[in-house]
Formats: sequence, structure tokens, C-alpha cells
Amino acid sequence: MRRIDTGIIEQKIYEMARHAGVNLTRPCAEALDKACASERGAAAKFGLETILKNAQTAHDMQMPICQDTGMAVVIMEIGQEVYLEGKLLRDAVNDGVRRAYADGYFRKSVCDPITRVNTADNTPAVLHTEIVAGDGIAITYLPKGFGSENMSRLYMLKPAQGTEGIISAIVETVRLAGSRPCPPVYVGVGIGGSFDTCAFLAKKAITRDVGTHNAREDIAGIEREALKRINALGIGCQGFHGDVTALGVSCEWAPTHIAGLPVAVNIQCHCVRCEKETI
Amino acid sequence: MKKLVLPLSSGDIMGLTAGESVLISGVILTARDCAHKRMTEYIKEGKELPFEIKGSVIYYAGPCPAKPGMASGSCGPTTSARMDVFAPALLDMGLCGMIGKGEMSDEVREAIKRNTGVYFAAIGGAGALYGNAIKSSECIAFADLLSEAVYRLEVEDFPAVVAYDCHGGSIY
Repeated sequence: MRRIDTGIIEQKIYEMARHAGVNLTRPCAEALDKACASERGAAAKFGLETILKNAQTAHDMQMPICQDTGMAVVIMEIGQEVYLEGKLLRDAVNDGVRRAYADGYFRKSVCDPITRVNTADNTPAVLHTEIVAGDGIAITYLPKGFGSENMSRLYMLKPAQGTEGIISAIVETVRLAGSRPCPPVYVGVGIGGSFDTCAFLAKKAITRDVGTHNAREDIAGIEREALKRINALGIGCQGFHGDVTALGVSCEWAPTHIAGLPVAVNIQCHCVRCEKETI
Repeated sequence: MKKLVLPLSSGDIMGLTAGESVLISGVILTARDCAHKRMTEYIKEGKELPFEIKGSVIYYAGPCPAKPGMASGSCGPTTSARMDVFAPALLDMGLCGMIGKGEMSDEVREAIKRNTGVYFAAIGGAGALYGNAIKSSECIAFADLLSEAVYRLEVEDFPAVVAYDCHGGSIY
């Protein structure tokens, strides 16, 4: 048994949120650099150069890299040997987010779905908790913008559609999104599970570093083939036509029902902001 | 790169071709989802809008709060397609053009042609860069909408690409 005060978690969330709002992940920055160097479309290259210049400006001036500082998505893997004490975990997470968005001069982008009245402090965060082995806590923090979130889709495919059906669903989602989600995008894909877990897997997939592949060779094959076909669409940076429409495709999987093949495609814009910490 | 100073004359607009990169300077007004919904309610009820639409350029954006000593926080474009339902009526009322990101509907393109307007694509995700191109910012309407309120921005050398020109051309 290890006692952890939720005040420590609150502070961690605060620091992760502050850093994420201003900085790209290193693998994303490297992928953008590479994309800019290889891009042959003139307007798309102008877009990529602007994006790189923006990343530098945001870092130098410590201001949000994108004004959509997102909904705060927190995935917490809590060891079952951990005893949490202090304020309620959910309150600790929300308090960390609230402080970070105020102190960082981040935009507050959370509102009531019906009245559209803004909660004015970017809470509540989206909090996923999983109980895992051990006595530590692994925290993933992802500020998720909605220009890209809006372009995400969930398919309930037939098992007979198989791998080809999965790849087609991924490519179709990016094609239908077109210029709207701020391409070049990073594509998170959930394969299997149930309706709800499939969408969560897709979200988890975009927390994996750009450029990495699934450990399963057949799944990694889906990632490579989907990326190839997406970049053959020619949408390019901002929809200005070009070689790089996606920086990567990341798939996560789970066993599913014999009758189904759920596939969720969660679109992340080129501004991949994601922090990982352990306590 | 072509430099544009707002307000644009119809001659300026007719000289723009989809795909060309421009630097925009002058006054623009921010408005996004909630502000458009409210503008539409005003128009429906026959109430006068609290700002001039005729000749204006609307920037689809909701800024971050400004840090002390700065005119604006990060302020890149939002997805324009969500304003598809509002744009044609505003263009018919004399709106000169819009700045946003991504494709808009055929109805918007038609309204741009019909009214000799223009649609510029700013680079989505470049919020810090655009925030720094803003020289002054003042909330002029719907302050209760917070980041979705209408802000009057003075901008200098705002990088954008002509997305839809008045001749029917499109970069997409």
C-alpha cells in the first residue's frame, strides 16, 4: 500500500497542462520538420513553414501554440496498491486544470451542450481512470482541440469487411474531413472492443508518439497502409494540396464480439500536445 | 507576397486569385459560432447590429486571453464550415469577406461571387503567430460570450491564402 495525496496529482496536472498548452511533443515537431522539407506543394509548404514558425513563437513567448487550448483529457492508470487521500480525485484534476488555464492565459473552451453557456474555467476535464497493477500512477494529459475532434467517426463494420474495411474506414474519415481538421493530421484508430471502448482506444492511440507503430505486426501493417493511402489523397497541409496529409496513423486494439468489428477514428490536428508523467 | 490593406475596394477584391498568399493589415472583427447565432437573432427580430457589417471582414476566431502587456493572446482561425449557414446572408448584407480555415459550402462560394466578396484561409493552428500580428483588440459586442464575443482587431501583416476569389476560383 502506498499513500498518495491527491494534492500531488493536482500539482502534476497543473504543470502538465501549462507545458502542453505551449509546446508540441518532440516527435510531432520532428515529423512536421520532415514534412516541410519534403513537401512539393507551394501553398502547403507555406502552411508548414508558418506552422513551424508558430511553434517557435509559442515557445519563445510562452504563449499557447494554438488558441484552441482544448478540452483537458486525462487518462490515469492507478496502481491498485495505491491509497488516494485528500480531496476527491476528480476535484484535484479539475482544480489543476482550472489553475493552469487561468495562469497560462489559455482559452476556456468548455460549455453546456444545450445552452452553450461557457463554464468559464475549462472544467470539467474528461477523466478516464484505469486500475492497473503496482503502486504508482501514470498520467497522460492531452488538451484536445475540437476542429479535429469534430471530424472523427465511429464505424460498426461487419466482421467480413476485415482489414480492408478497417483501412477504408480510416482513409474515408480523413478524406471526408478534407481541409477542416487542420491537416496534416495525426490519426488515432480504435479497433475492436465495444462501441464505447473502441472510441476510447482511438483516443488512447493519439497519445502514442507520432512515428511509432503498434507492437502487433498485422496492426502495424494497417497503420502503414492507411498512412500511404491517406497521403495519396493529396489533401495536404490545410487542404492546400500537397504530399503530407497525415503525420502518422496509430492503432490500438481490443478483443471484440463475434458479430462485430467496431472501428473508431479520432482525428488529431498537426498540433499534437501530450504530456506523460508518473507518480 | 501581396500586401492588402483593409478596407478592400472592389478593385482590390477583383485582383485576388485563389491560391495566392497575402499579408493582411487593417481592422477585422472576430465572430464564431455563438456570435453568429446571436447576429442571426438580431437580424430576424429586425434589431440593428451593434457593429457595421457592410464592408467589414469577419475573422472566424476566438482568442485566448491576452497576457499583461500584450494586445491579444493566441488567435488563430477556427473551422469556417460551421459558419456555412450564416455566411451567405451576411455577404448579401454587404460583408466584404471572411478569414477562417478549411472549405466552406457551395452556397457560400456562390454568395462570394454574387457579392464580389472574398474568403481567406489563415493557417490553422498558428495561434501564437496570429496573436502577435494583432496590434490592438477591443471587445465591441456580446461580451457575455467571453472568447466567442465580437472583438475589433487591428492586425498587421496577417499571413493568409486567398481560398475563394470573387471569380469562382478555389484553392481546395
